[in-house]
Amino acid sequence: MNKVVKNVSEACQGIEDNMTLMVGGFGLCGIPENSIAELVKKGIKNLTCISNNAGVDDFGLGLLLQNKQVKKMISSYVGENDEFERQMLSGELEVDLIPQGSLAERCRAGGAGIPAFFTPAGYGTEVAEGKEVRIYNGKPHILESALTADFAIVKAWKGDTEGNLVFKATARNFNPMMAMAGKITIAEVEELVPAGELDPNQIHTPGIFVQRIFKGEKFEKRIEQRTVRQKS
Amino acid sequence: MALDKIGIAKRIAQELIDGWYVNLGIGIPTLVANYIPEGIEVEFQSENGVLGMGPFPFEGEEDADLINAGKQTITAREGASFFDSAMSFAMIRGQHVQLTVLGAMEVSQNGDIANWKIPGKMVKGMGGAMDLVASAENIIVAMMHSNKAGESKILKACTLPLTGVGCVKKVVTELAVMEIKDGKFHLIERAPGVSVEEIISKTEGDLVVPDVVPEMNLA
Repeated sequence: MNKVVKNVSEACQGIEDNMTLMVGGFGLCGIPENSIAELVKKGIKNLTCISNNAGVDDFGLGLLLQNKQVKKMISSYVGENDEFERQMLSGELEVDLIPQGSLAERCRAGGAGIPAFFTPAGYGTEVAEGKEVRIYNGKPHILESALTADFAIVKAWKGDTEGNLVFKATARNFNPMMAMAGKITIAEVEELVPAGELDPNQIHTPGIFVQRIFKGEKFEKRIEQRTVRQKS
Repeated sequence: MALDKIGIAKRIAQELIDGWYVNLGIGIPTLVANYIPEGIEVEFQSENGVLGMGPFPFEGEEDADLINAGKQTITAREGASFFDSAMSFAMIRGQHVQLTVLGAMEVSQNGDIANWKIPGKMVKGMGGAMDLVASAENIIVAMMHSNKAGESKILKACTLPLTGVGCVKKVVTELAVMEIKDGKFHLIERAPGVSVEEIISKTEGDLVVPDVVPEMNLA
């Protein structure tokens, strides 16, 4: 099945105001930068974004925040973003903070047909408020529900025309689970190859989870914390 | 004399056991990787999706696709593996990672930890800390004994919003190594030249002090 769309604009067709989007990436690593730029251009508003982080002021999801297109963020960590902080403190932006492992598993569950699960993470903290508690193996666990989205937007290293995806290094992060949990999943890739060129043994995300795939025009791949050691 | 950050990291490194998989938090915990005792092999896990994390890259060899959970550029050692976030936290929740080292703003004598939120200040989020502390078998907290105002952070009960309850087993500060058991802190070692009296005066929580408290050996 050919999932290829001709460009980012065709890929993002149907994304409208008030929708819930999952956006892959960890920090600025493995984010769908072409699609984010397109959403900024389209000016869609009142979005609920499920993403581990919220980008930085001038890159990643920070661009949507600057443009006041986001109504609510569902994330695990949102530091490194002054505009985010301003909107959150002024009450313009709703924020739901979720333990990172629970966020990953809630996306995975959403795509896997598991409506909810028990996890020990967050028990005894404000994250547990209002949630059912059960004891398993002598330890308290809280009930967390699955997450899904109208669109999931992910970024992969390589993809084929069938929508099969291969990620590189730690740019994989949340992308595979979000690909599973989107009603429509858009994948932007650095290299788009004909079906048959990727080794089926090495596929990270099978094409069944991807509805639209395109080769990103440009990847800046900005580094958030450049740390190096000196050659001795 | 009280330890500096490197001293705390060196002392925690002595807790490493050959064959362990270890998750190091941001800050002092990250430094632990520089002081692995000779003859000990451990693998570092970073929760954004790498096992077998290596040192920072040489200048010019940074890869935007290869970072740690602090978003710093890193390298991967031979035998490393990459995985998604759900699998990463399966390793953590499933107790396949033997040791978690992380920082804290407060710990209490029943093992509670607070390290993610100060009410009234910007909330940055808990990241993976709640998942890590809820599941790890061994949690060592690396922290300063007191805050900048001189108030103890080793408490009877935490005052800040909690990250996890009853989970911390050991605390290493610039002054002391303490174990937490039976609802109390137990003084195990003191920093070279630091008196037991100083540690007692800077510890708000209940502290059990044995007759002899050895000095840390950081040589």
